[in-house]
Amino acid sequence: MPAKHYLNDNYGIRSWLLTKDHKRIAILYLFSISFFFLLGGMFAALIRLHLLTPNGELFEADTYNKLFTMHGVNMVFFFLIPSVPAVIGNFLVPIMVGTKDLAFPKINLLSWYLYMAGGTFSMIAMITGGVDSGWTFYAPLSSGYLKTHVIMLAVGVIIAGFSSIFTGLNFIVTVHRMRAPGMTWGRLPLFVWSNYAASLIMILGTPVIAITLILLALERGFHIGIFDPKLGGDPVLFQHMFWFYSHPAVYIMILPGMGVISEIVPCFARKRIFGYSFVAFSSIAIAVFGFVVWAHHMFVAGISVYSALVFSLLSYAVAIPSAVKVFNWTATMYKGSIKMETPMLYAMAFIGLFTIGGLTGLFLAALGLDIHIHDTYFVIAHFHYVMVGGMVTAYLGGLHFWWPKMTGRMYPEAPAKLAAIITFIGFNLTFFPQFILGYMGMPRRYWAYPPEFQVLNVLSSAGASILSVGFILPLIYFLWSLKYGAIAGDNPWKATGLEWETSSPPPTHNFHHIPVVTKEPYAYGEPEEVPVVH
Amino acid sequence: MQLNFPIFPEQASSVAGQVDALYLFLVLITTFFSLLIAVLILFFAIKYRRRPEREAEQIHGSTLLEIVWSVIPLGISMVIFVWGALLYYHMERPPSNPLEIYGVGKQWMWKFQHPGGQREINTLHVPTGRDVKVTMISQDVIHSFFVPAFRVKQDVLPNRYVFTWFKATVPGTYHLFCSQYCGTKHSGMVGSVIVMTPEDYAQWLASGKAEGSLASLGEKAFQQYGCTTCHRPDSGARGPNLQGLYGRPVRLVDNRVVLADDNYIRESILEPNAKVVSGFQSIMPTFRGVVSEDEIIAITEYLKHLAPQEANPLNNRSTPTQIRDSEVPNIQQDNQQQQNQQGTRPANPSGKKP
Repeated sequence: MPAKHYLNDNYGIRSWLLTKDHKRIAILYLFSISFFFLLGGMFAALIRLHLLTPNGELFEADTYNKLFTMHGVNMVFFFLIPSVPAVIGNFLVPIMVGTKDLAFPKINLLSWYLYMAGGTFSMIAMITGGVDSGWTFYAPLSSGYLKTHVIMLAVGVIIAGFSSIFTGLNFIVTVHRMRAPGMTWGRLPLFVWSNYAASLIMILGTPVIAITLILLALERGFHIGIFDPKLGGDPVLFQHMFWFYSHPAVYIMILPGMGVISEIVPCFARKRIFGYSFVAFSSIAIAVFGFVVWAHHMFVAGISVYSALVFSLLSYAVAIPSAVKVFNWTATMYKGSIKMETPMLYAMAFIGLFTIGGLTGLFLAALGLDIHIHDTYFVIAHFHYVMVGGMVTAYLGGLHFWWPKMTGRMYPEAPAKLAAIITFIGFNLTFFPQFILGYMGMPRRYWAYPPEFQVLNVLSSAGASILSVGFILPLIYFLWSLKYGAIAGDNPWKATGLEWETSSPPPTHNFHHIPVVTKEPYAYGEPEEVPVVH
Repeated sequence: MQLNFPIFPEQASSVAGQVDALYLFLVLITTFFSLLIAVLILFFAIKYRRRPEREAEQIHGSTLLEIVWSVIPLGISMVIFVWGALLYYHMERPPSNPLEIYGVGKQWMWKFQHPGGQREINTLHVPTGRDVKVTMISQDVIHSFFVPAFRVKQDVLPNRYVFTWFKATVPGTYHLFCSQYCGTKHSGMVGSVIVMTPEDYAQWLASGKAEGSLASLGEKAFQQYGCTTCHRPDSGARGPNLQGLYGRPVRLVDNRVVLADDNYIRESILEPNAKVVSGFQSIMPTFRGVVSEDEIIAITEYLKHLAPQEANPLNNRSTPTQIRDSEVPNIQQDNQQQQNQQGTRPANPSGKKP
């Protein structure tokens, strides 16, 4: 193992803040998004605490409204969207394609600064009184009625959007132009495919949310009528524009997570991925179809019956590639040689929870049924199954899987397994009751609710307290492992992929020699070769 | 805390059972596939657990399987799509001959107006066994009219009428929620829908302290705002004749033809120059900020009653064909007689079911 690696190559605060190394930028992102995740999680905890009683006894209504707004904004824009791409993707995409860095290292650093600037604006909005628009910013409420710092928060989201565009741009150019010799498209790891698909959405979709929020700010600040009918605007237009980005954004969040699962399952089953090209192209299919389903958020918003029919039909189209992935992961386990270490536990949890999250999406896409469950806790439960049960689980799985590569140390296996199990139990207890609550008719964003909904809310809050333990444990043992963790070695999982052929942690330029790729991806079960790279 | 809590909402409308049937079908599908996947991954994880004597069997994939597990979910999805779409079409299509009620949402209350002139706040009384169409508009932000027991929901927009309809089946008191986040007291924008038997409902209507039918309130507003100065039936009038206007096509100065519905009438009051009728000058001032949403609804209701051949049909109900089934007669005159009259007429002359 070389003494020099990306962590000890240079010391001092400047060497981090001015770094152009994608791996160091990934670490910067790791710390920043963990901060926003904890913040968003704290808001979630306060929301669940408040909902223990039906009559809104803990917080004022305005405070509660600010809590769910800041929970949503922090989690969506400052955690879920950047999580896998900006941390794990940033670290791994160049290594996985066999190159020294991303195509535009300075833009990569700029993307982190933009993220931090966006985060700062949102923090200022939060500290100076909070915002109560909901993360969806629906007009004309947000543009003409609320008295909080909506523009400040919108500016934060717009700026953070640019960081996402830059990450996407970097990934696309890197994957097209900088693959190592022999790294054909058919040999790309599925993690790269799914980040590539997510990047397409980032660069095509994100400008639309920026435009939407700029228009909102213009209306709010200068009374230029765009969305508010009092000024001659159309409030449904806002929803079309908002969801044109924000629905595909769901796939920005989940696709990279799916990529993580596609790496973990073959490794711990010692088996090739089942149906490589189907898994790869389903990512692209999701990215493409994801752009034409946005109005399924608007079936009761006053759109025509015919557009509702079209958007419902297209929504089912996007369900198929997701189903294909689930079946392929399951089939990959068939006749494998499976070891249930922590990353695999997370991957299995992902497959199960994402299946429930995806299938409950069918309820919401079914027009006549959506009328009843739209804007209820059913929706909350559905997207938390996808976002927390799916995405956060994948993120944690990926973090455990690549932690040895990123830090050179192993996390402790026993507490990690325990945390994975606690997370799984706590998650289900938190969110399963919300499906029932939603079908019972409890609307989302309610500060107070009828007493017959209390038992289910108490169950959910109890689950949240368990879930929080599951999230705090990794924070503790990951930090612990930095000093006390066992030395990982280059390839602790005996996994395939270029990232496992270089040292742990990797050297600043990733490889000592540019690797030459001669094998298919996931070539498990083939005779071990001596790595050619170092 | 109530420990005998329900996990299924009450069914109190004609569509509730149909929505629940689709829901249960989907619960079945979800349970089946979730269990299938969960059982498979757990079974594989145990059966194929790592043992030193056994190596994984390398399988590249199977196009046949890929097709199978794409086509089967697609087929099931299409069944759900068609089922959901048919239900939606049924729920979104306006019933013929409904009882028409008007609602106005504002931060943070619901106001309802009945054709008989009764007004309610955060409470809505409706009879069982009759299609009820609620036409709504918001005074400020977007709200959403949600009655879980009926399985109906409709976002209520500013500047545009939307409607929902239901046929209540079981008398009782049900939650009315605002389900679109609308600011501070969003969760306080709740109320009750009180479903009554037709007899109790008639009694309730009779006991109400209405100042006159909704149409007669509209007539008063029509005169109060001086609309009659220009909108007269004679040929020299400066504004178009409004008799028989409602529901008819209107030719505009730019030769477009629009339908004179609730939204058109409202727009013509608030933005008179947006759609000027062919042959007239754009001289009407705007009434934005002057006339309230409630008054616009009343004026529209009044215009609906202005049949072409009669100056004021409100005072002339002698010809039964003039009385629409949707119209709850002026209850202060003779409610009982009207009820009898309704009973003897065929309730649904066209014979079409909604």
